[in-house]
Amino acid sequence: MWGVDIEPKTEEADAGKPFLPSIRTKEENQQNSRPVSYKMSARSAQILLVSSHPEVYEPCDDSFALVDALLADRNNLLEHRPTLCLELGCGSGYVITSLAIMLGQESAGVSYFATDINPHAVRVTKETLEAHGVHAEVLLMDIVSGLERRLAGMVDVMVVNPPYVPTPEDEVGRDGIASAWAGGENGRSVIDRMLPIADKLLSERGWLYMVTLAANNPSQICRMMKEKGYASRIIVQRSTEEESLHVIKFWRDAELQVETKAQTTENRTAVPMEYLLSQIPRLAFWRSGSRSS
Amino acid sequence: MRLLTHNMLSSNIKGVSNGFPLRLDVENSVSKEVEFNPDFLRNMFSKIDWKALVDAARSMGYAELPEEAPDSSMLDSDEFLKKFHHALLELHLDEGALICPETGRRFPVNKA
Ligand SMILES: C[S@@+](CC[C@H](N)C(=O)[O-])C[C@H]1O[C@@H](n2cnc3c(N)ncnc32)[C@H](O)[C@@H]1O
Repeated sequence: MWGVDIEPKTEEADAGKPFLPSIRTKEENQQNSRPVSYKMSARSAQILLVSSHPEVYEPCDDSFALVDALLADRNNLLEHRPTLCLELGCGSGYVITSLAIMLGQESAGVSYFATDINPHAVRVTKETLEAHGVHAEVLLMDIVSGLERRLAGMVDVMVVNPPYVPTPEDEVGRDGIASAWAGGENGRSVIDRMLPIADKLLSERGWLYMVTLAANNPSQICRMMKEKGYASRIIVQRSTEEESLHVIKFWRDAELQVETKAQTTENRTAVPMEYLLSQIPRLAFWRSGSRSS
Repeated sequence: MRLLTHNMLSSNIKGVSNGFPLRLDVENSVSKEVEFNPDFLRNMFSKIDWKALVDAARSMGYAELPEEAPDSSMLDSDEFLKKFHHALLELHLDEGALICPETGRRFPVNKA
């Protein structure tokens, strides 16, 4: 669908105000031109936002949690040697830029794609990447529509900080900044569209890192993914006064795929206890969280 | 937009049964140097639709790629890999459009 729903919007936007490659296009706007820097960690570079736009999601606790999760898993990622990495909903570009700095570029054997449904986000992401001397192909589309067919089974690392805030369904996917967070019922509307696509795009050895909110019912998301043959682990858990975030990593588990098939015929609703038990230290918070939600 | 990306895109318009590959309408193309990594290229080779890459490179004015899909022994040839590298990663469609092969619908591409 890329282009079909999306391009007409761009053309409109383009008609009045061409997207200049210069990062200074917004300089007049004091509020938007301040370079904001975010400390990643001593091990990695700081990401400087050279550009922003009132309709583009600025890096926030969820973005930091996702990058912290990638940093926490950095050694595994480096060993994993991904060839293709993809971010869905790249916003400011903070996450994909961090990942590209962390894992290196084509010279290190890695290539990056990022998509967003918001044309301003596409532009800001390109500028953020460029300011840090890294490259990703940034594409304007709904989730991955135009890439879905050809990238099937090719993506080794996928990162997503989706719009996850519970909102009325009709706020999902609207123009403007609301589409950065509006997640519909239980905040699951966009997430539930993304997961089957992730399953389709991930390579046999593919990993998915996704941010979720307690209200999204992450344990149910993990059970759903388990039925598709994915194991999961919480890499980062973070609670603020307003929200409780988890960054969950999913990967295909061959044993699980066999086991799940056998299990689903017997008892579809059984909670996989042996799985929960192996995760007790990390899941302690989670069970109480999922009960109350 | 790199030709690697072009190779991964298809037209997803409702009713289109084969939206790949998209045709290129090149108004302006540029070449940007990318560090050469033979291992990356060998990894990518199996994922690439060769004919689509050859045709796309040709519409960008680069006709050095062999028409026939090279067999894997070519992947040991630096000379071949350098051409593949250039077409896949260094050529950029800067300004122009991608065109759906079935409907003729244009998807504009611009550098920003
Ligand atoms: C919570 S923001 C995250 C932005 C950035 N990745 C970060 O972590 O700071 C979610 C992003 O997803 C984008 N988005 C929402 N719905 C989308 C869709 N259907 N397809 C692609 N991107 C979408 C929004 O425009 C927004 O940039």
